[in-house]
Amino acid sequence: MRRLPKAVEIGLIPLINLTLAFIISGLVVLWIGENPLEALYIIIKGSVGSAYGWGYTLYYATNFVFTGLAVAVAFHARMFNIGGEGQATLGGLGAALVCLSIEWPHWTLAFPAAIAGAGLFGAAWAAIPAWLQARKGSHIVITTIMFNFIASALLVYLLVNVLKAPGQMAPETVNFPKGAHLPTAHEMLAWFGVSFPKSPPVNISFLLAIAASFFVWALIWRTRLGYAIRAFGFSEPAAVYAGISPFRVIMASMLISGCLAGMMAVNSVVGEAERLLIDAVQGAGFVGIAVALMGRSHPAGTFLAAILFGVLYQGGVELEFEMPAVSREMIVVIQALVIMFTGALDNMIRIPLERLYFRKVS
Amino acid sequence: MTEINGRAQPDAAAPAIELCGISKSFGPVHANRDISMSVQRGTIHGIVGENGAGKSTLMSILYGFYRADAGEIRINGKPTQIPDSQAAIAAGIGMVHQHFKLVPNFTVLENVVLGAEEGQLLRPSLKLARSLLARLADEYELHVDPDAVVEELSVGHQQRVEILKALYRQAEILILDEPTGVLTPSEADHLFRILKSLRDEGKTIILITHKLREIMAVTESVSVMRQGEMAATVKTSQTDPETLAELMVGRKVLLRVEKKAIEAGKRILEVHNLSVTDSRGINTLKNVSFEVREGEILGIAGVAGNGQTELLEVLGGITEAEGNIRVGGKEISLVGAGSDARSRRRSGLAHVPEDRQRLGLIMDFLAWENMSFGYHNDRDCNHNRVFMDNRAMRSATAKRMRKFDIRPDTPDTQARNFSGGNQQKIVLAREIDRNPRVLVVGQPTRGVDIGAIEFIHQSILDLRQAGAAVLLVSVELDEILSLSDRVAVMFDGTIIGERQTAATDERELGLLMAGVADGGRS
Repeated sequence: MRRLPKAVEIGLIPLINLTLAFIISGLVVLWIGENPLEALYIIIKGSVGSAYGWGYTLYYATNFVFTGLAVAVAFHARMFNIGGEGQATLGGLGAALVCLSIEWPHWTLAFPAAIAGAGLFGAAWAAIPAWLQARKGSHIVITTIMFNFIASALLVYLLVNVLKAPGQMAPETVNFPKGAHLPTAHEMLAWFGVSFPKSPPVNISFLLAIAASFFVWALIWRTRLGYAIRAFGFSEPAAVYAGISPFRVIMASMLISGCLAGMMAVNSVVGEAERLLIDAVQGAGFVGIAVALMGRSHPAGTFLAAILFGVLYQGGVELEFEMPAVSREMIVVIQALVIMFTGALDNMIRIPLERLYFRKVS
Repeated sequence: MTEINGRAQPDAAAPAIELCGISKSFGPVHANRDISMSVQRGTIHGIVGENGAGKSTLMSILYGFYRADAGEIRINGKPTQIPDSQAAIAAGIGMVHQHFKLVPNFTVLENVVLGAEEGQLLRPSLKLARSLLARLADEYELHVDPDAVVEELSVGHQQRVEILKALYRQAEILILDEPTGVLTPSEADHLFRILKSLRDEGKTIILITHKLREIMAVTESVSVMRQGEMAATVKTSQTDPETLAELMVGRKVLLRVEKKAIEAGKRILEVHNLSVTDSRGINTLKNVSFEVREGEILGIAGVAGNGQTELLEVLGGITEAEGNIRVGGKEISLVGAGSDARSRRRSGLAHVPEDRQRLGLIMDFLAWENMSFGYHNDRDCNHNRVFMDNRAMRSATAKRMRKFDIRPDTPDTQARNFSGGNQQKIVLAREIDRNPRVLVVGQPTRGVDIGAIEFIHQSILDLRQAGAAVLLVSVELDEILSLSDRVAVMFDGTIIGERQTAATDERELGLLMAGVADGGRS
């Protein structure tokens, strides 16, 4: 079987998929009596047309980079980790416990501690389904989905009964101490004398997301563990032949995956909300699946796909605001179309394209 | 062209099958290029060629699995369209596939009738089939119990059911794809007797095989295919195996490798009372014991499925087992931690698996990644405990590719893009080039072209020369006889007999393979 050239594979196919998704979305917008081109303009202008827009787009993108990388790492071992949502929820709990544990003197101490807390809790939440898969053969898709529900119920219980701020009606913790406040883009750019709007929540976690992407790339393609993960993912019998332990690969890949998903909380819980809310993840765990699919489980692709979904999220908010006819649900439909075309319907474009390409070559 | 009631009337003079200018390509690959061939009625016609020469594609076109891009098929002189296998059956063509297409839990009778039932009720068809089966059994020595359940039959009998299926559908032309691959020598002899009597009754038979000996034994004429083209069609009586091999490969080939006599040294691999019970509770290996010495090749012969796969997997550290194995005098563990493939390699035991695509290689990995597969924890593959040394692995691979004549010799080629022979050479290069004390090798030349077979056999002999102990498991008796110093025959999970290669022959081993414990000596 011949393969398409890389440029087509990672450039052209996603582009066609995206265009198709936008065309169908456009028809939907047309159907409710609005101008699709104007809608597209609002989305783009609202997300990348200003420093303010970028600030939100990159904030959302940071969340999606973490959850996307989580899915990507597990997928290299052919583990379909659907549990990013739950792992990120637990990551939030871990980060919150760390931040509330002591009166942090400075963010440089709180930041690594929060990363460790979030990652550890996320990994721990992934460890149980991973162990069940590796030792008992319980399918990882089923168990991770179920663990999403357990995580959400657990968080509700803890926020209502244990962690709720005293004298408060809302199920949320007290604000984190001042010393746990992470520098935002506004503050960081000010160190270099660059001005940036104050309100967008993008913060130092964005740099962490870039670092995590590099980490995943090195892990998968440069380390012995990554070699074992990929070998196992391509063929379990062959991996066993080579003396690679399936148990260790499943555990390692899922722990790293859960850790990455958990680290999303550093951005959303520590960086933005600065307290633990009941719904801190907001579906980012599921978007991560689409992001990883679109990015072909490569960190670079995942990063770019995360930015794209950041654009869709931020642009969607603007669209809802500027075009009242386009409701919140409508925006979810558009996002779903993008997910469907880039993820699930990938072969619809790929197969005709392969045929066309090889006919031309031969 | 004469037609009576819509059925073609055989034109006595026309060949049974004529292919004219058949071409078929898959994407950029020309599987068949302008193939022309004709087969006379009432003859056995052989088709030989290396893997990927286009034999299977050609037969698939004839049987309606593929449609030719160009060319014409004539059956009994009449141009015929064969868009699907129904049309092939209607044209009187029957096919016996290499992997049988039978329903295992149906009886013989039900399998024969399946797809050719007449009417809504099954009973009349079964009755008809039963009487026909009885007649065919007498006529062609095709004896099978019609009420036996197929999965309980031996492979040889299952193959007869396949032939009966074709004859039941009134096939006049029978295509057999590698029919002897799974048979014992005596079963193969029986098959050839059946084929000859079918031929004497006027049936036309096409025999696809890579065993030149069989071609010489039963065919009247033979076509040689090479790289999608028809290299030659000759009368069998006017050719010999060497000529055919040369036509297949396009250059001179040595069919037998030269083996130097060397003195066997110390015992290196000692296997004692090895037993395996699989997940269904069946003993697939029963008290297997043997030993292999330095500079010695022990061949394990036997019909596929008699425990050889399990033996290889135990030795390779894939399956757990009971019993004892010693490598160089040191006991190795057979269960739990320390019984995995990595520990085996550390103890100096290298394993070339039977199925290179399923076990031996990661087909999506590049050549250099595969060249370290299983040895990826070794120092020469790594910078330190965490990071691998990709550059060192690439250059080591480039060296090995030249040494083992692997083509293309680019380390950045994906394993799946190599031919079967070159894939096998990658596995061999990886396992042999690290100078193991013991090499366990399964079916080293399965699906490998003739040119590469020579090289692979030579590499195994070189390793023996260097003092390694080699355990060679193969279903090819020729291979066992030409390489091994001693032969052990496996039957039903045990070693039924062991002979010095020089003191035995194909007939005796054949009887052992069929389960006759004394090899027919008494």
